[in-house]
Amino acid sequence: MLSLTWFLALSAILFAIGTIGVLTRKNAIVIFMSVELMLNAVNLTLVAFSSFMGDIHGQILVFFSLCVAAAEAAVGLAIVIAIFRNNLTVDITKIKLLRW
Amino acid sequence: MVTYLFFLLATLAVGSALATIMSRSTVNSALFLVLNMVSLAGVYLLLKAQFLAIIQILVYAGAIMVLFLFVIMLLNVDDEQTIFSKKTFRNAFGFLLGGIVAGQLFYAIAGYTGVLPDISAEMTSVGTVEAIGKTMFTEYLFPFEVTAILLTVAVVGALFIAQRNPKSQN
Repeated sequence: MLSLTWFLALSAILFAIGTIGVLTRKNAIVIFMSVELMLNAVNLTLVAFSSFMGDIHGQILVFFSLCVAAAEAAVGLAIVIAIFRNNLTVDITKIKLLRW
Repeated sequence: MVTYLFFLLATLAVGSALATIMSRSTVNSALFLVLNMVSLAGVYLLLKAQFLAIIQILVYAGAIMVLFLFVIMLLNVDDEQTIFSKKTFRNAFGFLLGGIVAGQLFYAIAGYTGVLPDISAEMTSVGTVEAIGKTMFTEYLFPFEVTAILLTVAVVGALFIAQRNPKSQN
């Protein structure tokens, strides 16, 4: 069987890609998708540890984190719509009410 | 066999993740993210977490990504002309920070000394619906019920935020 390290390495790569996406992109929706990517990477870590330790509690935690992700997606996309309605753009470099 | 399947799925996941953050069109990003979710569901199957694999496809690829695509359709966002072409300080800092995060994670993984318990064959089949349901509806019944409140609050909050502000109409 594959060792645990491979799964953790895959998860780390996906998390880093998500981080780069959050920090470099300008489109608010793409940034939000990168956040989902990072959430998924962490879920993969939890499932891998849960499976390799024969302990089910990690998978229960992933289930709850999926619920939180669904709630977060609904609220976050509502915020994106509200931002678009006020600024007519989702480009975060053009939204600078609180920046200089 | 499992090893080859894992490397296939891992390549697919990493490639689609890269395509998600690099594609110019937002719709393409969303579709590549769906591919990423599906390949991660395959990895869950390799880890014998069947229930979570199905839930991953249903909730993420099914519900959340459809929500994303609906919002993209509503907002009618144009394709971006410049993603990485401008070598700004912000982009360089983003890549640097991403590299640092990856390095830290790999350092932590490399320093991990095996403390895995010896598990028998039947203990690896923890991910079935039966096993998860048994734990969730006994030990985790209260958090499960609280999740319902969380989802209700999220729906109400999303409706409240996304509704048209009546004061700005006149």
